[in-house]
Amino acid sequence: MWAFINKLRSPKWFYAISARLQPWFWAAALILIGTGTIWGLAYAPADYQQGNSFRIIYVHVPAAFLAQSIFVSMAMTGLVFMVWKIKIADMAATVMAPLGAAMTFVALFSGAVWGVPTWGTWWMWDARLTSMLILLFLYLGVIALRGAFSSRDSASRAASVLAMVGVINIPIIKYSVDWWYTLHQPATFTITGRAAMPMEMWLPLLIMVLGFYSFFIALVLTRTRSEILRRESNKHWVRELAEEVN
Amino acid sequence: MSLRLQAQSLACERDDRWLFRDLDLDIRAGEIVRVEGPNGSGKTTLLKILSGQLADYEGELFWDELPMRESRESFLSNLLYLGHAPGVKAALTPLENLAWYQALAGHELSEEARLEALEEVGLAGFEDVPAGQLSAGQQRRVALARLILTPRPLWVLDEPFTAIDRDGVAALEQRLVAHARRGGCVLVTTHHELTPCAELRRIRLGGGGADEFI
Amino acid sequence: MNLSESSLTKRVEMVREEPRSGLAVAVWATLKRDLVLLLRRRSEVLNPLVFFALVITLFPIGISPDPALLAAIAPGLLWVAALLAALLSLDSLFRADYDDGSLEQLLLTPHPLALLALAKVAVHWLLTGLPLALMAPVLGVMLALPAGSYAVLAISLALGSASLSLIGAIGAALTVGLSRGGVLLSLLVLPLYIPVLIFGAGAVQAAIFGDGVLAHLAILGALLALALSLAPLAIAASLRISING
Repeated sequence: MWAFINKLRSPKWFYAISARLQPWFWAAALILIGTGTIWGLAYAPADYQQGNSFRIIYVHVPAAFLAQSIFVSMAMTGLVFMVWKIKIADMAATVMAPLGAAMTFVALFSGAVWGVPTWGTWWMWDARLTSMLILLFLYLGVIALRGAFSSRDSASRAASVLAMVGVINIPIIKYSVDWWYTLHQPATFTITGRAAMPMEMWLPLLIMVLGFYSFFIALVLTRTRSEILRRESNKHWVRELAEEVN
Repeated sequence: MSLRLQAQSLACERDDRWLFRDLDLDIRAGEIVRVEGPNGSGKTTLLKILSGQLADYEGELFWDELPMRESRESFLSNLLYLGHAPGVKAALTPLENLAWYQALAGHELSEEARLEALEEVGLAGFEDVPAGQLSAGQQRRVALARLILTPRPLWVLDEPFTAIDRDGVAALEQRLVAHARRGGCVLVTTHHELTPCAELRRIRLGGGGADEFI
Repeated sequence: MNLSESSLTKRVEMVREEPRSGLAVAVWATLKRDLVLLLRRRSEVLNPLVFFALVITLFPIGISPDPALLAAIAPGLLWVAALLAALLSLDSLFRADYDDGSLEQLLLTPHPLALLALAKVAVHWLLTGLPLALMAPVLGVMLALPAGSYAVLAISLALGSASLSLIGAIGAALTVGLSRGGVLLSLLVLPLYIPVLIFGAGAVQAAIFGDGVLAHLAILGALLALALSLAPLAIAASLRISING
């Protein structure tokens, strides 16, 4: 465990190991998302109530999963950075924030599109969508805070603290929004609130979720690598690398 | 009395630039250590690290030969730090300002001691004037009164001579020497040239590394 | 500054200081100092209250003076306006101390910073949250808030605004080193305020409909307990970051 943590301290080591890992995750993402898309859109049966419009679930749900997971991983990498001062963790957290915000936006947008056939409107204060909207604000807060500091060290620490505060609050926000929603229950049903999905429907969904996660890992690896090069650009090994490429 | 603040291969990187690295320090009782260097060479940062305010440095700090992590509380109870800003509230009178510091330091609240300290820094008659109505030099003197009010062995002073008139400078300099002679220890940055004396030692920062000379 | 020889010889023996136990003294002195400071600049205490009244005045003008309509939205309006008023005063919570250097000194005491920061937050609540809670029923009358919910309005605001002060202080601590932290502070803090808003406004609504007031207030209390136990640590960590510049 300690040996691993000590290795993580070296951006150079991470740069080398991620070079070997990232093709696998990109390949997995491509295959899983490809399979899931074709299966979900072409072969899965249509919903008896919503018809074909339910197929948005294959984007909406994985994006919503990822949006929450990314925030948690951002808080975790922030914690690792604060405790062990591992710079890689902070670089990963840096690249995760816009990615998480983008995923939250995808989840919101797909939810809004889904709302048109289901509720006949682009926006409904549905519990899930409301939580997602608040999550988007949390992401924007982390990104804005990081951008506001002139010193990168302070920016990283501040963003880490905010991400940790946020992650403690996310379940509280989620439960209170659910409570609020049940109190003001409008006459519609939640879009993904129903259990008992037949196997042919949820198996492609599972594949899509796995595909989205692979995509996330692959993208974080790739973007962290460029973040390493950016931050370590004055280091010896990066210069050597640049000379090799030239 | 033993009193020892050590730093081993201290290094501080601020946004990809080394302010200083491989800095070894050994500060003992009876010394006045003046940190020198051009603007931006990291004097204030070094003082903040040595006073335990900054955590993002490399290397080890020791207080009384114990790692700082273990001895932080004992270190802080022996430290008196005066920063760039005097830490004086404009809306409070000098007496009220000092009362807060007295309480923070864990001393008994004694108005007598506060009046005495204010008198010694030349603020007799200004005890009850809101600090905002005092001049910059007088506000600095309110801060300096803490040196008398809450005696601590280790003084870390960042530009303490700022805004002080000539008599005040001489008296403060004398006070630093007296503190060192009594077995205290002073760490100071200043643009003001200190009169050479046996207790004075210099540390020079700048140019990425630090070279120490006596 | 006359360095009298007597003052030096008086304390010839330079005793090593052992960590002192005067935490209660330090916390009390910080409370007292902040209270005195705020009471000397009374406008800082009054401004959020005036803001609260002003925002509440805007709604009937912007929406409709119809009492039935106003009564329906009054709980939410009062809570949102009070929340914004409390937010308004947060930016100055640590800023003055940061600017004049006393924040550094607060960080360098051997006492736990979290508790000293808690004292400052307590003063903020005492002079912002509590007055807002006491003033809210008066504004409730102006919004035709149904009878029977006035006490709950005040209690829920008093309880909830304590959580708001604690959570908001994290944001204030994170942004105190930034020259223009005000808008950013709102951006960071408002999403975290949502649970308090839900249960606070919910309590008033429950009082109007006559059910479940205690459940709402209990949850507000639970949120406050959680904020009390965790927020001071986050505030302390944030202050240490901000002092780095």
